[in-house]
Amino acid sequence: MYDVIVIGAGVSGSATARELSRYDLKVGVLEKEEDVCCGTSKANSGIVHAGFDARPGSLMAKMNVRGNQMMEQLTEDLDIPFERNGSLVLCFAKDEMERLEKLKKQGEENGVKRLQILSGEEVRRMEPDLSKEVYAALYAPTGGIVCPFELNLALAENACQNGAEFYFDTAVEQIEKTEGGYRIHAGEKTYETRCVVNAAGVYADVFHNMVSEKKIRITPRKGEYYLLDKKAGTTVHHTIFQIPGAYGKGVLVTPTTHGNLLVGPTAVDIEEKEGTNTTKTGLDEVAQKAMRSVPNLPLRQVITSFAGLRAHEDGHEFIIREAEDAEGFFDCAGIESPGLTSAPAIGELVAELVTGYLCAKKKKHFVEKRKGLVNPKNLSREAYQELIRENPAYGNVICRCETVTEGEIVEAIHRLIPAKSLDGVKRRTRAGMGRCQAGFCSPKTMEILAREWKVPMETITKAGKDSRLIRGYNKDSL
Amino acid sequence: MKTTYDIVVIGGGPAGLAAACAAYDQGIQDVLILERDKELGGILNQCIHNGFGLHTFQEELTGPEYAKRYEVEAEKRKISCLLETMVLDISPEKEITALNRKDGLFTIQAKAVILAMGCRERPRGALNIPGYRPAGIYSAGTAQRLVNIEGYLPGREVVILGSGDIGLIMARRMTLEGAKVKVVAELMPYSGGLKRNIVQCLDDFGIPLKLSHTVVDIKGKERVESVTLAQVDENRKPIPGTEEEYACDTLLLSVGLIPENELSDKLGVQLHPVTGGPVVNESLETSIPGIFACGNVLHVHDLVDFVSQEATMAGTCAAAYVNAGRTEETEEIPVKCGSGVRYTVPAKIRPACMDETLPVRFRVGQVYQRASIMVRSGDTVLLRKKRPIMAPGEMETVYIKKDSLSPDNIGNDITISIEEE
Repeated sequence: MYDVIVIGAGVSGSATARELSRYDLKVGVLEKEEDVCCGTSKANSGIVHAGFDARPGSLMAKMNVRGNQMMEQLTEDLDIPFERNGSLVLCFAKDEMERLEKLKKQGEENGVKRLQILSGEEVRRMEPDLSKEVYAALYAPTGGIVCPFELNLALAENACQNGAEFYFDTAVEQIEKTEGGYRIHAGEKTYETRCVVNAAGVYADVFHNMVSEKKIRITPRKGEYYLLDKKAGTTVHHTIFQIPGAYGKGVLVTPTTHGNLLVGPTAVDIEEKEGTNTTKTGLDEVAQKAMRSVPNLPLRQVITSFAGLRAHEDGHEFIIREAEDAEGFFDCAGIESPGLTSAPAIGELVAELVTGYLCAKKKKHFVEKRKGLVNPKNLSREAYQELIRENPAYGNVICRCETVTEGEIVEAIHRLIPAKSLDGVKRRTRAGMGRCQAGFCSPKTMEILAREWKVPMETITKAGKDSRLIRGYNKDSL
Repeated sequence: MKTTYDIVVIGGGPAGLAAACAAYDQGIQDVLILERDKELGGILNQCIHNGFGLHTFQEELTGPEYAKRYEVEAEKRKISCLLETMVLDISPEKEITALNRKDGLFTIQAKAVILAMGCRERPRGALNIPGYRPAGIYSAGTAQRLVNIEGYLPGREVVILGSGDIGLIMARRMTLEGAKVKVVAELMPYSGGLKRNIVQCLDDFGIPLKLSHTVVDIKGKERVESVTLAQVDENRKPIPGTEEEYACDTLLLSVGLIPENELSDKLGVQLHPVTGGPVVNESLETSIPGIFACGNVLHVHDLVDFVSQEATMAGTCAAAYVNAGRTEETEEIPVKCGSGVRYTVPAKIRPACMDETLPVRFRVGQVYQRASIMVRSGDTVLLRKKRPIMAPGEMETVYIKKDSLSPDNIGNDITISIEEE
């Protein structure tokens, strides 16, 4: 019998599991994919929003500002990169000034510090590549960037260190109310639990509606992105937004924590909860809109494009509460932007609700800190030399573009939450994330995966399930 | 370990091997090759088809056979090599930082450096092909490695985008290994590969080549399920209504090669906007004295024979540099691209430093029939060469004679252009 089952190992689910693992509780996390960070958490802007966008008084605003404030300490505890690079919201005409002022006022009401309106000239002094059309901008020095994969993984690993159990390839099919809580059916497995946290991203409505008569609806809102080569990574230094419209924060241009340039997203409501395909229309729109901010955007340096789905709830608000007519069933639904920023605060809030319900007590020995993967790039020359002496695999470069060594890949495969696929390795080590997009390293990484997991090559996948990379042997059908 | 060498060659593929041997033959025996793979030979090791070496050896060799001949030459000369060694940095002072399992991080001081890192394939992302991102999308070279080196079949029903040589070769290879290659699509109205490869790899196997076509959608969430092709107009934009969906589990991409110049770029070598490789003079010396370049890192070649020729010249010139201890400062004439010519290697010539004849290699921008290559300086025609057919997929060479570049003959520059009859 579990005390809590969390559905979904995205960033909200993982943050929740980590907060719950501070308590004397048996916590399980069920994830339908083969790894953490496979849905909404995987494909987003990687922005730590300052908090001026959300309506004052909303839960979204509260979570955003709180999450932003927590990020410094959290990323230090979890040993992942985070940078307060500051963000700029551009406006392009005098008559947009009123909206910019309103945004500033809204931010101040939300508790965002040090907001400032800058003239076009002042902004261009900060960012010389911005358009001459920029009339003014709202500057938020507290805006930042974080790596969504690393944040999600680190939260999950730390939860795991503290006893939370993660089950992958475990798709919840049915939730039954029982006397003591809920019975969850996932394939051939059932899980008995006292309460449930529904952190299922675009599927949160499906699970909520299984237990509650007060139906909710989550619409996948697609966002398409371009990722540019590191050579283009310093085109801008701040996160560049445009004055927001009805469908969210518009197209942004931002550096990433790893030095690439990210451009996007679009915002289109779709039916398909797995509709992560990119479209020509979408990508063209991204290019066109982004060039309004940065006219000389080096789009020839695009190395990949992708699409993510935001879990948009009809009321455009986070739903973080016990379902009215389903005792012990806690929703963590409608987590769209600023969901990544808010994740630490969301975890805290959900844990507060759940532990209150369960009257749980804090553990004596919660391990607050998690050690990240060894990254030779961050070591001194002497320390790196020592590392290679101890483990020569750190001297064997597998991914040329991102200079990732065999040692790093092997470590990723043997972590508490292990990498099982090419994408799993990529998200943890960046092998395959560079400009050749895994052309050179994928056969080598596949070999390492097969060797370390002691499985045949043909079972190695790109991202779990039936995404097997090898379909047979030469001449096996002849 | 030894930490100083006269010449360090970055890359042990066909270019690096030929350059090292040539330098040795010019009396510079203190040469080191740094190779990132576990064996020498570079990409030739996975090119198990024949057709290599017709120019150099007057016979048809496979890639590994061709590489072996140069490896044997390097062995005979006892040229030092470090395998599985990744170069991380080269400084303008020619201090090389590299990494391997045995020696860890180390630096080597060279008097001259020859860049021979080869090239890499353009990935899907660079083309902005819309659709899902499932397993089963490979660059043709990655698939080639899986099939030819490891013996794995990456897929059974294949669509290929791009008619570059690797794509054409892989169409045949996949067919021979039991896969069904349904179609090869090419964005341009002409193939980017060698004519002989179209005949031998597609026509002979009944594989259709669709020119002026591209991929407009990829379906399948876990594994590729289908690829949709559409015809493109003269601006290479897909024409609505021409879409055709092909059920398949694999999409191979052969959509161009990019010289791999991360090290050169960091080093501060001037790069050419068209080739993506270093800008070099007649001695294949880059903008930094004593740093030379050859092979596919300089510009993408069609035949390895030309790589070997070029590398021999780079090795010879690097040796001359080491012997002289410096680069001669003398008059330099730019080589300009006239109509129809996309780039030239070299991009500048110092007549005082050139051999009796200098090969200038280039590619044309479109298909030409019965046209002439014109080499002019000012009003003087230095050379005229008639060609029955020229195509962007094949490299062209003109040999400029030193005596044609006498001061009274020559203007401020040399221009190479294509003139149709």
